[in-house]
Amino acid sequence: MSVATQDTAVRTGRVTRTFIYVFLLLFALFYLMPLFVMLANSLKPLSEITEGNMMALPKVWTLEPWAKAWSSAQIGVEPTGLRPYFLNSILMVVPAVAISTVLGALNGYVLTKWRFRGDSILFGLLLFSCFIPFQIVLIPMAMVLGKLGLAGSIPGLVLVHVVYGIGFTTLYFRNYYAAFPTELVRAAMIDGAGFFQIFWRIMLPVSGPIAVVSVIWQFTNIWNDFLFGASFGGQSQPMTVALNNLVQSSTGVKEYNVHFAGAILAALPTLLVYIVAGRYFVRGLMAGSVKG
Amino acid sequence: MGFLDIRNATKAYGNVEVLHRVDIAVEEGEFLVLVGPSGCGKSTLLNMIAGLETVTSGDIAIQGRVINNVHPSKRNIAMVFQSYALYPNMTVAQNITFGLEMHGVPKAERARALEDVAQLLQIDHLLDRKPGQLSGGQRQRVAMGRALVRDPDVFLFDEPLSNLDAKLRVDMRTEIKKLHQKLGRTIVYVTHDQIEAMTLSTRIAVMYGGHVQQLGTPKDIYDAPENVFVATFMGSPAMNVMPAKVRVADGVPHAALADAEGQEVLLRFSQPHLAAWDGRDILLGIRPEAITDPDGADRNSSNIEPLRNRIGVTEPAGADTFVTMTLGGKDAIGRMRADAQVAAGEMFDFAINMEKAIAFDPQTEARIKP
Ligand SMILES: Nc1ncnc2c1ncn2[C@@H]1O[C@H](COP(=O)(O)OP(=O)(O)OP(=O)(O)O)[C@@H](O)[C@H]1O
Ligand SMILES: [Mg+2]
Repeated sequence: MSVATQDTAVRTGRVTRTFIYVFLLLFALFYLMPLFVMLANSLKPLSEITEGNMMALPKVWTLEPWAKAWSSAQIGVEPTGLRPYFLNSILMVVPAVAISTVLGALNGYVLTKWRFRGDSILFGLLLFSCFIPFQIVLIPMAMVLGKLGLAGSIPGLVLVHVVYGIGFTTLYFRNYYAAFPTELVRAAMIDGAGFFQIFWRIMLPVSGPIAVVSVIWQFTNIWNDFLFGASFGGQSQPMTVALNNLVQSSTGVKEYNVHFAGAILAALPTLLVYIVAGRYFVRGLMAGSVKG
Repeated sequence: MGFLDIRNATKAYGNVEVLHRVDIAVEEGEFLVLVGPSGCGKSTLLNMIAGLETVTSGDIAIQGRVINNVHPSKRNIAMVFQSYALYPNMTVAQNITFGLEMHGVPKAERARALEDVAQLLQIDHLLDRKPGQLSGGQRQRVAMGRALVRDPDVFLFDEPLSNLDAKLRVDMRTEIKKLHQKLGRTIVYVTHDQIEAMTLSTRIAVMYGGHVQQLGTPKDIYDAPENVFVATFMGSPAMNVMPAKVRVADGVPHAALADAEGQEVLLRFSQPHLAAWDGRDILLGIRPEAITDPDGADRNSSNIEPLRNRIGVTEPAGADTFVTMTLGGKDAIGRMRADAQVAAGEMFDFAINMEKAIAFDPQTEARIKP
């Protein structure tokens, strides 16, 4: 009896498993299709595309579109390629991610380990900022940036993204640190460690997983942001805005192969971040949510 | 004035007072155990001494210096937590010396202190490991090492053994006692385990509902409990407490209560002052070891009273056999020698050591004193 059930259990397992894998494979192919189209078309001359077969592999392989997209394509009025904008994006995203993550960690630390009167209300307000649509704050933000003298500059964009990101990063770190034993902080207090020493020596060393979550989240959001970039970028527009200008330009022939190459270039950094840190992403997300 | 003084200390969270006017003077080298059921405020009091909780009113002083507003690190105390609270990212050696480092002790001195403590606790071979790679008992030792290395005025322990399995707990208990005898330091130790309290302490504070119910030596607490709570909380199995009446016969007070058959029996008291309670209701307290078979009765007692009663259940426990019976309308437990001839449902001649019997006022539940 028990042998028979075990037998069926194994067989059912195998059948189900095969089914699941086939199913997943189909989905993976489906989702990879656009990427395939983009890659294939970015590697062929424009004539092959205009002939009509978007799905085919290139007959003549060329890196020409990539080079053009990177360094000589017409962006707006200047034939600069995407390169300077890529640099703008890097200069914006690195400090914005770093600052918002560090501030989120500090907020989470204070909100869980140095509780004070009204801390839950403060946290609620911070959370609330996650739900405010970008469009609502455009005009007030523009005024603030103008007053600060940061309008149309990279520091201005960094400030906007930091302010907008703190809600999320605080949420992540607060939930993560809520599961962190308070007795450790108390032990460190008795040992004579101060506010920042406890943060630096006790909390941060175990914050790896959630820091990865915060970095990935912030990096993807800030890198992919278009609205703030277009509104407050001024002379220092990020990659997304430039890509739009490249693709939407109404003059001349539409060089689809260059557009595809440019789009992939714009997506590469986030892809890279996911590939390098993605494994920790899920792990950190689970740790924070389940225990918190 | 003691070495560590807790004077009228109260603790309130908002409007809720969880500790009421606690007054304890701890002498230098004493081992004070705070014991009581969950939620009675033991940890709160300990945290107030450590400086992790504020004192709502009253004073806490070490060596005459009031420390209410002194930062935990400046009180010269060390604490061992229930969860051990070892820093997970540091090695055992770093864990132990972290406090010294934060207090600016030079490196060479730290190394020397570490070596001494590691030797004392026999953890030399673990110094390079992370806490995650240690067993429960080893973590416990490291946590104690972290406290010892600071060489503080007062050690604070919050249920340090409650996460260990039964065998290890007994071993570590002995070890802590040895350490105390060897180092002679002042210790305040929180537990809800009354056996730990009895074995370790020089004095016990039994707490309940935010009040210190009784403060005294283990012997005081056991033999002369102030009230029914202390009497039943300390001791295992718990003291039998049953309703009875005082009846004076031939000028001597007796406890009158019903046996299993509902017949009234008289047990002579050794305390003459109970004569004043003639005819009134009391609660009679008798510890299980004072209800024995006649051969097992305490030979030094001046007042062994016979009691013939029906046996309810017998529970052989190796060294002893516990017998339950109905007495005064309640279940009472007696402790027989293992080879006493007892059988469930039969009549048996018990011997009751009335010298150890205690009478409580049924209204206040306080012990009736001369
Ligand atoms: N932050 C707080 N706010 C309100 N009440 C609290 C707070 N902390 C503790 N209490 C209350 O204070 C009382 C004493 O708590 P405490 O932790 O000292 O109990 P304990 O004797 O250590 O119990 P245990 O054996 O379970 O550890 C409890 O009734 C608890 O509910
Ligand atoms: Mg406690």
